Amino acid sequence: MTGHDVYLLSPEISLVGLALLVMALDLFVERKGILSLVAVVGLALPVALSIVLWNDVHSEVDGELVGVFGALTVDKFALFFKFLVLGISALVLTASVDYARRLPRLQGEFLGLILLSATGMMLLAATTELITIYVSLELTTLPLIALSTFLMTPRSSEAGLKFLILSGISSALLLYGIVLVYGLAGSTYLVDIAEVVKEPLDPDLAFGSYALLVGIILIVAGFGFKISSVPFQMWVPDVYEGAPTPVVAFLSVASKAAGFAILLRVFYVAFPALEVDWALLFAVLAAISMTLGNLVAMVQSNIKRLLGYSTIAHAGYMMVGLAAVASRIENGGEAAGPSSLLFYLGAYAATNLTAFFAIIAISNKIGSHKIDDFAGMWRRAPVLAAVLSLALISLIGIPPTGLFIGKIFLFTAAVQSDLVWLALVGVVNSVLSAYYYLRVVRVMYMTEPTSEEKVPSSVPFRLALGVSALAVLVIGVAPRLLTWVTDVAALPLMP
Amino acid sequence: MLTAVVFLPLVGALVIVAVVRGDRNIRLTAAAVALADLVLAIIVFARFDTDASERFQLIDRFDWISGTAFTAQYQMGVDGLSAPLILLTGLLGFCAVLASWKIGMRVREYFAWLLLLQTAVMGVFASLDFILFFVFWELELLPMYFLISIWGSGRRQYSAMKFLVFTFLGSAFMLVAILTLFLAPNIGHFDMIKLAEEGAGAARTIIPLGVVFWFFFVAFAIKLPLLPVHTWLPDAHTDAPTAVSVMLAGVLLKMGGYGLLRISVGMFSGLVIDYALVLTILAVITILYAAVVTVRQTDLKRLIAYSSISHMGLVLLGIGSVGLVGGSFTTIGLTGAAMQLFTHGTIAGLLFLAVGLIYDKTHTRYIPDLGGLANRMPFIAIAFIIAGLASLGLPGLSGFVSEILVFFGSFKAYPWLTAFGAFGIVLTAGYILWMVERVLFGPQRDRFAHITDSSIIEAVPLVLLVISIVVVGVYPAFLTDVFKAGIEPIVAMMS
Repeated sequence: MTGHDVYLLSPEISLVGLALLVMALDLFVERKGILSLVAVVGLALPVALSIVLWNDVHSEVDGELVGVFGALTVDKFALFFKFLVLGISALVLTASVDYARRLPRLQGEFLGLILLSATGMMLLAATTELITIYVSLELTTLPLIALSTFLMTPRSSEAGLKFLILSGISSALLLYGIVLVYGLAGSTYLVDIAEVVKEPLDPDLAFGSYALLVGIILIVAGFGFKISSVPFQMWVPDVYEGAPTPVVAFLSVASKAAGFAILLRVFYVAFPALEVDWALLFAVLAAISMTLGNLVAMVQSNIKRLLGYSTIAHAGYMMVGLAAVASRIENGGEAAGPSSLLFYLGAYAATNLTAFFAIIAISNKIGSHKIDDFAGMWRRAPVLAAVLSLALISLIGIPPTGLFIGKIFLFTAAVQSDLVWLALVGVVNSVLSAYYYLRVVRVMYMTEPTSEEKVPSSVPFRLALGVSALAVLVIGVAPRLLTWVTDVAALPLMP
Repeated sequence: MLTAVVFLPLVGALVIVAVVRGDRNIRLTAAAVALADLVLAIIVFARFDTDASERFQLIDRFDWISGTAFTAQYQMGVDGLSAPLILLTGLLGFCAVLASWKIGMRVREYFAWLLLLQTAVMGVFASLDFILFFVFWELELLPMYFLISIWGSGRRQYSAMKFLVFTFLGSAFMLVAILTLFLAPNIGHFDMIKLAEEGAGAARTIIPLGVVFWFFFVAFAIKLPLLPVHTWLPDAHTDAPTAVSVMLAGVLLKMGGYGLLRISVGMFSGLVIDYALVLTILAVITILYAAVVTVRQTDLKRLIAYSSISHMGLVLLGIGSVGLVGGSFTTIGLTGAAMQLFTHGTIAGLLFLAVGLIYDKTHTRYIPDLGGLANRMPFIAIAFIIAGLASLGLPGLSGFVSEILVFFGSFKAYPWLTAFGAFGIVLTAGYILWMVERVLFGPQRDRFAHITDSSIIEAVPLVLLVISIVVVGVYPAFLTDVFKAGIEPIVAMMS
């Protein structure tokens, strides 16, 4: 580790420091509200350091800073995800102030673990070496597993255990895939792998291209778990239902973003030579994911499970961005898939956080996650009902919301890459999804409330909710505010 | 200018939500906003210069979305086709607000949605960039969904969902068509002005251009609606509140006709000529089937809903005159189709207003229960009769003008089919007169002894629409000249 390495890692290092500080403070401080305050305010430091890095990267000729023996590449792509993850963490921590205060114990750990998981995600977006990728992935997941069990109810423990086991299996698959690729390429660095894969394989090599094929499939399986794509989605509804809602909110957007970051990085950097093959794989997975997610979501009666299936469907939409690659474009040219996907991730983060925040407030009061219990919310909590509806409308993809623009971007990218069928599957799925999202809206607006009690919310909570809801609208009305950063962030992936 | 026309109702809606308190003030604000918008729409119509060399006028433009996938513009403008429709929307929007005076439930939300609906429809007619067009096309879904499902009657939630799913499915196809067209290497923009002036017939799309044409057609056919995708309309009309029925029949269906003229005919002139026979057959089936079904209706609103379908079939019949491959009769037929949009808007609006008032006072729409109302409410009865007579095409009223133009155009192209279609007029005369007789005349009933005629506020929209029907009937040139200015460049491209 040189000084330069420390500089490159400074946002992550400061975040770990912050996590440790919060957990240490927990031992001395009586008023637990201060812990949340420290955690949120402390995020300013990694944000500031990331801005410094952005300016530095901006002035570099090739737009990247490499360090830690070449395992870490800080470019605008990585920095985009750093900002995204930090923003998500700030919102989640702000919104869960009340939630953390009410926890029976371990409030400091609750906050600290979220920060540690965020550290893993930030690292993940910048790593370009398979072992480091694996380590960052574990750092991302393990805190989330612990967080899932924080309610200490049977449901919550079940969620955690399920998460643990399935996550272990997926990590094993990923490792196995890494080993196969390493055996073939003789290196764990993505750029070196790209060099080997580019050439026709030596016919005498044991297993030859099959080893590579199986390796790639296993890697997809490992990451597929993170992004909750079919057929690795089994854990999603159970964990979503059992785990604490702020954790689910964090999991559903940050973990997904990190998963897509690393998928983009690995496949665009290491395997561009095989684009045609894995693009088709992702196209098929995308179609199945969105269809299955939407169909099963229709019959859910628990709002958290519903959003669990919805997130599977959205993983499908996002994979459209992975499948839309340059090699399928007739006259060559730049693929719009990655930049569209980054845009979608940003808009999805704002939308899903808004939805979950509203659900946290409402279910805190009514003590239930049953959709039917949301009856008449327009009278009990007009603002929350309106904001939740806004988020659901965005999830359907109706203007003027962020995900509407995001979907148009993604489907354009698909059609551009000769995947008209996938774009059609996508839009038809959006129509299907209207049914179940609007069912929630209907219950809130078109039934009489069961009680007249208002739903209370605290000031920090309203702040987080307001910021995320505003973001949904602003991204939908003035998409340029997001495209200017996603466009430059996707550039490092392009050959 | 157009931006103001389009967004004034939205601003009004926001003011109502945020500032105005008290039901009475909300109504007055909504009426003031709608009136101001009507005045603006009249100014737009008056400022449109039929002799000017530019086809599209009053253009507002700036770059709106810019991403790797595409850039889209904010571009609004009017031509001879859209200027009268903007006038129509302003007129019916104002009428709809006045017709909603008696809404007593959740007044604030109601008027906010109603004004938002007006913004959406205005936007569809005014926007000249495909993405913007699509945004407004989709934006109209939500207000309609809420208006029907909260303030409707009967199976309102079923009808609202049916409306939403049908329209949403149509727009899904339209989105794919728009994207495919954009991605044709020799198109590459969303500019509807350029597409209207150059035509899209030469686009090298990755799926056959005919498929793109039919994708657009499906969206417009659902909206118009044509057989066999018309089933949402009777349900939506029956269960919607009066003002919403007025907007639905008066302007929302016109979005379909406008889309056909602007896009299917205006941009795909080669294809629409190839398919002219198919379209004419579809039109005749729709006209006759809907007319036959209308005769058997016993619910007043359902009856008018089916007659609307039959009359919108005439729009497509007029479009069938493109079978002549240009020439003056095609101009006549297409002008007739466009005129039919306007005249049917006012006539159906008036019919639904009158039916709404009758229902308000008698609390039934079941025709056998009604009768002898002419004595009790002479004013409403006169308006109802005028609308009915205009609907069956009595010379001197507006319906006659558009129908005669449609038949002139299409008779030249397909004499036998048109003759069949004209039989629909006979049926119309039958069911309208029979309906008028059963509802307004006959023996007086005791239980209607105490009902009264319309109040001043109820009378204003009736008078406005009666005036417009008579004026257009007596002096149609002020409209036909404008429509012709919009149609002629389209026809010029054909030959």
